[in-house]
This record gives sequence, C-alpha cells and structure tokens, in this order.
Amino acid sequence: MPQRDIELILFRQLASRLAVPILLVDESGDLLFFNEPAERLLGQRFDDVGEITLEERSEAFAFRDKDGNPVPDDQVPLVVALRERRPVHRLVSLRGFDGIYRAIEVTAFPLLGPGGHLIGGVVMFWEKRDAGREAGAGGR
Amino acid sequence: MRVCLWGTRGSIASPGPDTMVYGGNTACVEVEGRDGTVLILDAGTGVRRVGDTHRQPRRLDILLSHLHMDHIQGLGFFAPLFRSGFEIHIWGPPSATEDLRRRLARYLSPPLFPVRLRDVDARLELHDAPIGEFRIGGMTVRAESVIHPGPTVGYRISDGQSTIAYIPDHEPQLGSFGELSDAAWTSGVRLARGTDLLLHDAQYTADEYEGRVGWGHSRIGDAVALARLAGAARLVTMHHDPAHDDDRLDAMLAEARAMAGGVVDVVPGREGSTLHI
Repeated sequence: MPQRDIELILFRQLASRLAVPILLVDESGDLLFFNEPAERLLGQRFDDVGEITLEERSEAFAFRDKDGNPVPDDQVPLVVALRERRPVHRLVSLRGFDGIYRAIEVTAFPLLGPGGHLIGGVVMFWEKRDAGREAGAGGR
Repeated sequence: MRVCLWGTRGSIASPGPDTMVYGGNTACVEVEGRDGTVLILDAGTGVRRVGDTHRQPRRLDILLSHLHMDHIQGLGFFAPLFRSGFEIHIWGPPSATEDLRRRLARYLSPPLFPVRLRDVDARLELHDAPIGEFRIGGMTVRAESVIHPGPTVGYRISDGQSTIAYIPDHEPQLGSFGELSDAAWTSGVRLARGTDLLLHDAQYTADEYEGRVGWGHSRIGDAVALARLAGAARLVTMHHDPAHDDDRLDAMLAEARAMAGGVVDVVPGREGSTLHI
C-alpha cells in the first residue's frame, strides 16, 4: 500500500491522542481512521471496520436534519467540506454502523497541504447529550 | 553515481579531537550523476569545502531539505556564489507564506550576514522545490514533505541507473503507533522505497530519544527500521548529535548493524567519505 501524505499521518497520530471524536478521510473521501472516542458514536470499533471506501462509508452512514428529513448525499458536511474546500458545521442525526441514530453536531473541514493541495478531510463530532430525540435521534 | 559526504553532523558544527573520524561539519552531501550533473544536498558548514572543488564556471544546484541553520549556514561561504560565470540554483521546501528568497534573506542579509543575496556575483536563481517530481540536468528529483518541525522535504534522486534518498532530518516515529512497521503510515517510505542508498537521520540512541520526542530527529533504530521497511539496500547514518564523539558513534553504528541483521548494509556517515553506486 502506498505511503500516506505526512499531514494524514500526523493527523491520525493527533486524533489518536484526543478525547474529541474524530474521523479522517483521504482526498477521495475514503475512510482512513476514526479514533476511540468516535467509535461509540459510530457504533463500531475502528479495528473491526478498517479502512473503507467512500461508497462503503456512504452505505453505512445516513444523516437526518433537525426536522428528521434525510440529508442528501451532496449536502453531507464532509462532502461539502471536500467539494468546496471550506469548513462546515451542522446539527444532524447520524446513523452509524450499528444502525442507531444519534444527535450530533458535526464540524467537517478539508486538509489542504502545501500549495493548497487537497490531502483529505476531517470530521469532528460533538454529541448532543441533552438533545433527547432531537434530529430524530435514538431510532433506527 | 558518486556520493560525497562533506558534512554529516547535526545541529551545530562540532570540530575537535573527539570528532576527527566522523567529522564536525554540518549537513552537506554532493551527488554527481553519470552525465556529470552535480547536486549539492544542503548547505551546512560542509558546503564551504565543496565550493573549493569547483573552479571552472558551471551550473550547480543546491537542494535544501529545510532552512534550519545547520543546513544553510555554509551558503555565505560557498565560493562559487562569488565567482561570475557560475549559475547557481537553490531549491528549498515551499512555504505557505513566503518564497524561498525572502526566507533565506533573513539569514543572508545584515545584521546576520554582511552580503545580501542580490549582491552575489554568480547568476543566482531560487526555486520553491515542487512537491513531486522534477528534472535537473540528467537527474530525476522527487521532493516530498517529511516529518520535521517546519516546512521540510526529503529528496529521492536518480540518474537513471542508481537511486538514492536523502532525509537528513526526520522523525518518522512521531507518526507511528509503535515500531515502524506499516509502510502506508510511515513518513519517508515513499522516498526511500527500493533505493540503492538511503542517507538518513540517526541522531539519537533509544534512551536519548525519550527526552527529545518532537524535536524532529530519529533514533538510530528508527533509521534502520525505515530502511528495512522501504527496502533500501544501504543506509548511511546522518545528523550525528554534536555531543556524540567518535567512540560513541562507533558504538551506535555497531548497534545499528546488529538491528539491521544483514538485511540493510549500514554505512557510517563519515565526513570525507565517497560512495560509488
């Protein structure tokens, strides 16, 4: 397997040390890593999932907006962040690998390397602990 | 390809009776391809003597891995810069904020240095090294970012017959979850993969590294592990700690050779050595 760019290598290392749930993708959107705090929100351990493609990730995850409506694929925060190369913050309900919806705030941003070259993207999750069933959370 | 080591010391020049074997000059390696193209890798204090060997006007390319002082301090004493008829190209890692000329001029201007870059006699061109592949004469050069504080690149250089990688300041351990064993997640592997010769940071012993994590340098064991992981045939140790005398470096080299287990040929990075590949 080819070597990853060092920005991804270093970000994975940083994410592995943080208490903030973080997910890391490459420039194509393929999932490279998520840290232990993210495992609870995503419903599975990274070691059990491993690296997966954008298509596999899109099938596994689903998003609803605050009114409970499905978020179109092209409006998913990470997709917007990579496409438009800007940070995106949004309250959503995320269905993880275990099929359970959880209300979370998502901050997605692109990783731009030397010369503005797109290297990948990062998603930070902020769980809405007091959200109850906000954004359709809790259901399957 | 001819590879001449003009300076292998790290951090600060360290001449003296205890460093006579490995040398005290900081990073500088001269590479000559089979078509005669000459590349000078870094301009630490070792570059002064390189300049003395080039008397006839010609093109010379200096490839800087980064702009820490031990890699640029010799620039102002590189004689061809002050001889008309020479064409000097200096390449360095790109920065998100300033071009190479502005960054180098911080050192090569008063009050730190009496002569300004614009006042040299040679025809001087400065280039932000493109991340990726480019050609200089008969050489194919690939620059890639590596883990070290600030913009830093390593170089992979081929003359069509032989290939070397030059990564003098590098801390691959910083991106690893343990031993360097996963090629996809180890900085420097892409540059070093399958090379005939890897010149690599080997500054610390394992014990020393514990107190210096994040300073940007390698345990000698990491240099061996990277060479093995990348399938490099030979490893030349670089960036010797200024506090390490010749006896200490001999001991570290013996340890590295034991780690290499014969899979990688570990060569001592001694100033004045010339390797033919």
